[in-house]
Amino acid sequence: MNSFFARRYVITGIFIILCLTLLVRLFYMQIIDDKYLLASNSNVIRKVIMYPARGPILDRNNKILVQNEPVYDIIVTPRKVKEFDTLEFCKMIGIDKEGFDKRFAKAVKYSPYRSSIFEKQLPARLWASLSERIYEFPGFDVQPRTIRTYPDSTAAQFLGYVGEVTDRDIEKSNGYYRPGDYIGRTGVEKAYEDLLRGQRGVLNQMVDSRNVPKGKFANGAYDTVAVAGERLQSSLDIRLQKLGEKLMKNKVGSIVAIEPSTGEILAFVSSPTYDPNLMVGRERGNNVAKLYDDPYNPLFIRPIQAYYPPGSSFKPLSALIALQQGILTPQTTYFCAGGYWAGNHMVKCTHHHGTTDLTLGIAGSCNVYFCSVFDKLINEHGGKQTEATFTDWKARVNQFGFGVKLGVDLPHEGRGNVPTALHYDNIHGKNHWRASTIISLAIGQGELEATPLQLANIECTIANHGYYYTPHLIRAIGDKNIVKKEFTSKHDVGIDPQYFEPVIEGMHQVVQVGTARGSMIPGIDMCGKTGTAQNPHGKNHSLFVAFAPRINPKIAIAVVVENSGDGGTWAAPIASFIVEKYLRDSITTRPSGITPEYYANANLLPPLPGQKPAVKPKVGADSTKQQKGDTTNKPAVQVKAASRKNKKDTLLRTLAAAQIKRKDDEQ
Amino acid sequence: MSNSSTNQRGFFFNVDWLTVLLYLTLCAIGWFNIHSAVFDPKHPGFVDFDTNYGKQFIFIMSSIILAIVILLLDNRFFITFASIFYIITVILLIAVLVVGRNVGGNQAWIPLGSFRLQPSEFAKVTTVLLLARYLSGTNIRITEPRSFFSAAAIIGLPMLLIMLQPDTGSTLVFCSLIFVLYREGLSPYFLIIIGLMIVLFVLTLLYNQIYLVIGVVILGLLIMWTLRRFRQVMFTVFIGMLISVAFIFSVKYIYLHVLKQHQKERIDILLGLTTDLRKKGYNVNQSKIAIGSGKLWGKGYLQGTQTKYSFVPEQSTDFIFCTVGEEWGFAGSVVLIGLYLFLLLRLLMLAERQRSPFSRIYGYGVASVLFFHVIINIGMTVGVVPVIGIPLPFISYGGSSLWSFTILLFIMIKLDSNRMGTISPN
Repeated sequence: MNSFFARRYVITGIFIILCLTLLVRLFYMQIIDDKYLLASNSNVIRKVIMYPARGPILDRNNKILVQNEPVYDIIVTPRKVKEFDTLEFCKMIGIDKEGFDKRFAKAVKYSPYRSSIFEKQLPARLWASLSERIYEFPGFDVQPRTIRTYPDSTAAQFLGYVGEVTDRDIEKSNGYYRPGDYIGRTGVEKAYEDLLRGQRGVLNQMVDSRNVPKGKFANGAYDTVAVAGERLQSSLDIRLQKLGEKLMKNKVGSIVAIEPSTGEILAFVSSPTYDPNLMVGRERGNNVAKLYDDPYNPLFIRPIQAYYPPGSSFKPLSALIALQQGILTPQTTYFCAGGYWAGNHMVKCTHHHGTTDLTLGIAGSCNVYFCSVFDKLINEHGGKQTEATFTDWKARVNQFGFGVKLGVDLPHEGRGNVPTALHYDNIHGKNHWRASTIISLAIGQGELEATPLQLANIECTIANHGYYYTPHLIRAIGDKNIVKKEFTSKHDVGIDPQYFEPVIEGMHQVVQVGTARGSMIPGIDMCGKTGTAQNPHGKNHSLFVAFAPRINPKIAIAVVVENSGDGGTWAAPIASFIVEKYLRDSITTRPSGITPEYYANANLLPPLPGQKPAVKPKVGADSTKQQKGDTTNKPAVQVKAASRKNKKDTLLRTLAAAQIKRKDDEQ
Repeated sequence: MSNSSTNQRGFFFNVDWLTVLLYLTLCAIGWFNIHSAVFDPKHPGFVDFDTNYGKQFIFIMSSIILAIVILLLDNRFFITFASIFYIITVILLIAVLVVGRNVGGNQAWIPLGSFRLQPSEFAKVTTVLLLARYLSGTNIRITEPRSFFSAAAIIGLPMLLIMLQPDTGSTLVFCSLIFVLYREGLSPYFLIIIGLMIVLFVLTLLYNQIYLVIGVVILGLLIMWTLRRFRQVMFTVFIGMLISVAFIFSVKYIYLHVLKQHQKERIDILLGLTTDLRKKGYNVNQSKIAIGSGKLWGKGYLQGTQTKYSFVPEQSTDFIFCTVGEEWGFAGSVVLIGLYLFLLLRLLMLAERQRSPFSRIYGYGVASVLFFHVIINIGMTVGVVPVIGIPLPFISYGGSSLWSFTILLFIMIKLDSNRMGTISPN
């Protein structure tokens, strides 16, 4: 043998050590370190999102308000695109060559290998012609998705609309939303987004290194199916809604009708309105711009966002508080000589009512009566206690859902305004104001402001003799017809039921013989109250609030027609048609001869800046010139009420838009 | 000579069946993994001659025939014709530079009908044969400069020609023959120096060379101080220290000016100096993902997503180990490496039991070449060795490599079966 025999052990040792080194390395990679398995899965698994159908929304009789319609997105995988007839392709989907290049460059930038959306929402008819020839355009494919469609083009502000998510939405959702997803932007679509959107499914697809699908991962063990969004049944009655929108055509204002026994909103008209179908489809962008530019601002949700001084429609509420306080009895009388002296200025009354009791005070809308009552109420504990007494009064008003958010199931709800004692302290100085200073509150003027929804809700409370349910728009969720808990609890306003009858009698008189007698419905006992909201910028806003029938009320309503004068002339007749339609499903001939057509055809849109005002502003039936001093110190609020006579139209629009935006931010 | 006569009666009487069994097992493992690597559910058959596994089946069958032929030949044949074979391969290596087909940047293949011959694979066999023949000659002492340089020339000539292709991987394979020279008496310093050079090369690229020089000097002085009684050794250490320092300074130069761009990139990727996983680092990264995702028991046969969905490149040739690691997990890796180690140790044992130096030297040559392939190939798939494209013996797809490994191994088996016979080159 060889003298270097021992060296075999060195070589054997090296062989063994290096093999063990490899095994140690393998042990670390395969057993200890988990990152390779994760990387392997992320290499091969593509999560394909399965989009669920968004939930439909129905009216209270299960008529469809919004549902889904299939549209077709064209998707492109740039790497698979081969030469084809670009011009023909552009012609088929209705774009030009430049647009094609731009879209294609965007897709290439996203990824040459992965498919991305080339053109969105092709209508079905274009898809039909394209689908036959899609093989001529390698790399392009069509993928169906759904968009919202509104068969009756109604209730736009109530339903709201959906829009593509923004980066901020994605951030806020902790990654739930992905670019290109749709999200409810306003209205019910936003308020019930979580329910409507359903649950996305995930398909774990395996792909090879070129991203070509190779079947399901683990035979679909980790896949989830898409669950369609919940069906929502709204409380809206589409018949009332359509009638309301018809009556409010070419007018600015709102109609809110509520079922007092449940708080369900029956009609939710915001005028001018728009066709919700404009908010979907390929033309959406242009349409939105147009709507934003519309000086009458159709995107403004007036029933919950516009603020109006309630005017005389506030008087029943005023009376109820005084009755509860013991300041007033139904028999209390005051003498009306046509005006009420508050300090050194006079609140005028439209009539010389003479000796007036509560019923006549309401029926005749006597300013003297309510000023006197309010004066007595605020001075109950003496002038020095004005602030405390006032604060107590404010709390009682708030109880009615006035000056606070009602909690309706819509985003961007306004709270209205009931001034605080601090507000007067700031204006007049502490202890330098008295009942006479704030006397305009007695008749629903001054700083008082309510949304139409709040006005209607007050009527619900009166109809119910002292309580209301949170007004809401969705009465049942899903197949199980779930009702949200917060909508089934009574809100007591703290007024004993016995005090309501005299007030209701007064309101009954309003319609029988009072300011709204022209709107009397034969055979239906409607109780109502007209109001005239002072408008420093133009013609006063016409208000009417009511409920019917008197016994066992089925509907409470508030109607506001901007710039149309006093409550009896426009708002009350419109309200009466809605009430009758709801209670009878038809409209009978009226003794006064009024017809819905007349009101529907009238154009009461305020003239735009630059145009000559049609009619000189006229003082309403039960408003007073003296109160203008109070209303003018809050012009911005009046702007919100969407009166359009401001000279600076652009400023106004900016303000209105800012208003919507601000509400957005609050959400 | 009863043994000899028995030997002549039955060809396979003395064959080491254990080695043959290991060989067949590895071939089978290779074939199954190639099948999995290129498996297409649309063509689930095992024998489809258009696919790699179908062709590999042919290669395995022809290799077995080749093995039988080798076992039938006389031992003297290999010794006598060692130089002739060597010359033929050298001619082929020159020819390939002229008429060869360039595949993937390497001019390594000579087209022969539908197959391509890779002379560099066969050069390993003939070089080992000639080396064994030369070193087993009388009066050859590797410690003598003349013998050493002759041996180095035998190894160096094919290396030079292969480097011209240029095929770095195959060139480096010949370095493994240092083990043979070591076994035959080469100074252990060669092994130590080569090991030291590899370590220093990597460290120089990773760390600032000034710190490294300081470190080497301190370490050298410490060793010298420890061994201060042994003047001779102290001096050697001192020389080694100086050479190390010189080497450190030259590495940057070699790295920047001698290495080619793709070689630099591969080294960068290995050392983590670049993290570009999309381009150059892609292969190694995907290979590591494939192997690492196998966990203990692997994803199962035909279930490897990395290999099946072509994330791993060259998955049936140089990166075949990915399939093993991914589908059979750590368990499979242990089995495979265990089989290789078993084969290598068996070969060393066979070599040591030879009576003739030629057979022993040849045996060490076979073991060294196989060892180098296994360590470097698996090492590169797990990212501890730069990517140099050399096949995994008996497992990687490819006719030339399987044939050459078969010839390499079975000549040894043949020599071993005849170990009792007195053979001498003269």
